Amino acid sequence: MNNSAQILVIDDEVQIRKLLEITLESNDYRTFFAVNAKEGLSMVANHQPDLVILDLGLPDEDGQVVLKRLREWYKNPIIILTVKSAEDEIVKALDNGANDYLTKPFRTQELLARIRTALRNSATEEKEPIIEFGPVSIDLASRIVRLNNEILKLTTTEYNLLSIFVRNDGRVLTHQYLLKEVWGNSYADQTQYLRVFVAQLRKKIEEDPNRPKFIITESGVGYRFNTA
Amino acid sequence: MSTILNQIRIKNQYLISVLSVGTVASLCLFTRDYLDYKIVGYLLLVVVSVLSMFLGILPLLLSAVLSALILNFLFIEPYYTLHISNAEDSLLLVLFFIIALVNAVLTHKIRRAEKILQVKEVRINTMKLYNALLDSLSHELRTPISTIMGAIDTIQTKSVPISEENKENLYAEIEKASLRLNHQVENLLNMSRLESGVIEPKMDWCDLEELIYNVLDHLKEDLQFHKVVVKTDENLPLFKLDYGLMQQIIYNLVFNASQYTPKGAKIEIKVSYNVDVDFEYNPDKTFPCVITIADDGIGFPENEIDKVFDKFYRLQNSKTGGTGLGLSIVKGFVEAQHGKVTLENREEGGSVFTLRFHTLTMNTKEISNE
Repeated sequence: MNNSAQILVIDDEVQIRKLLEITLESNDYRTFFAVNAKEGLSMVANHQPDLVILDLGLPDEDGQVVLKRLREWYKNPIIILTVKSAEDEIVKALDNGANDYLTKPFRTQELLARIRTALRNSATEEKEPIIEFGPVSIDLASRIVRLNNEILKLTTTEYNLLSIFVRNDGRVLTHQYLLKEVWGNSYADQTQYLRVFVAQLRKKIEEDPNRPKFIITESGVGYRFNTA
Repeated sequence: MSTILNQIRIKNQYLISVLSVGTVASLCLFTRDYLDYKIVGYLLLVVVSVLSMFLGILPLLLSAVLSALILNFLFIEPYYTLHISNAEDSLLLVLFFIIALVNAVLTHKIRRAEKILQVKEVRINTMKLYNALLDSLSHELRTPISTIMGAIDTIQTKSVPISEENKENLYAEIEKASLRLNHQVENLLNMSRLESGVIEPKMDWCDLEELIYNVLDHLKEDLQFHKVVVKTDENLPLFKLDYGLMQQIIYNLVFNASQYTPKGAKIEIKVSYNVDVDFEYNPDKTFPCVITIADDGIGFPENEIDKVFDKFYRLQNSKTGGTGLGLSIVKGFVEAQHGKVTLENREEGGSVFTLRFHTLTMNTKEISNE
């Protein structure tokens, strides 16, 4: 795989920058760094990186503000770094246009996986009409789902939910986003629907619904569909 | 005594002072013709002395002044004047006043000394707790830090080369140590969240079965030698609880069970409720939801069961490791959701933690067919 994508890291911690420099460069990414929001914003404008890793806790500006300002014109993926037990911050950042998040401390393998997913998704906006993962295949044109080559019966809601998941492979989707997309705006806080239908969908497509491989719970935030 | 004092508000203290002196004086007034005024004086002195045990210094002085005035005005001849005709009576009044004053000042002093003692006691207890924290913390944090520093030193020392295999082992130790550090920091953060009272549970519909399996997945390394059984049923309703807090609660309890039971021990997690399949959701009605986490280990010493939820408490003969924070976090997080947690030893061996909540409950059947 050609990894020559350019990544900008905006983080004020010198040790994190060092760690990311070594990790990313040994995986053939071209990396450069900004130590605060001001520098970060101007570097994004000057270099047009393929992906930005943004720490939400910057010394000179609230990370959410930086995110909003970037999203006024910058289209490529942004992955945010944040401290744990800040689910509200994470949800807000995803609403503000972040593509993904990682909580510190994070494993670098996890970070690399997230980077690959984000870059892949931004490269292939147009999806194939038939998507396959594990024993499941979905024909988005004819709305037919097969499990081990046999037609799998899904209710309309189950299908709608699944099709949003597969079209956002690898991405974390917030509860609110899913509820609005599948059930409509007035359902944004009716999480009971999501709980019930995610459980049902898992029973139909997961080999072991209690240890799901495809529909992963991101606690306090939402769900992530993962076929990788 | 000082608690009684604190309970009587200052306004009421003045009232009590006036009422008691007034009552005793009016009772004596009926018997004025048969009773020597000196007896009345002693009686009022007794009233002031008794009051000195309950009242603050100002209300008490009021009672002394009031008694002196009443004695003079109503009981010492000539009646209804403040005039005193002989030296003996003036001496009596002065003495009366001095005794009341001495009484008041002495009680006041005793109370102050009591208070100071109390503050000191609280401070000593805080220090004890603080020292216990420092002891366990410095141990809990230093052990993994020593491991990391030591392992890196060994890997970096060029004069004594080490085998690839040992290098791998050291890397594994560094990883374990950093996970342990992270776990402890997590505990400390949770504790300080609880202490500062900033926890506002976000009540939302929880699929407890999913939540339990999610926690078990996070703990799979620690549970690889245990037999874990989850008992829920197909119609398990949704409960309105805080997902994040519930995760941490179950995590801490199962983690504890995994650490303090021998290999091969059985850990059983069970959810019980008492609504039937067809009940209709009522947003004003809460139902019980009971989660038990049981193991067949050695159980807890009976005399320590009450203390295990205390902050920094560690069992007398527990193995090293642990800050004594895990179970107090469980208690705090359960109570933040208005629940209760209890611990019992089981008759068949081992122990069981029981979490009891009263929550909004929703049957999943009515929404599942759309």
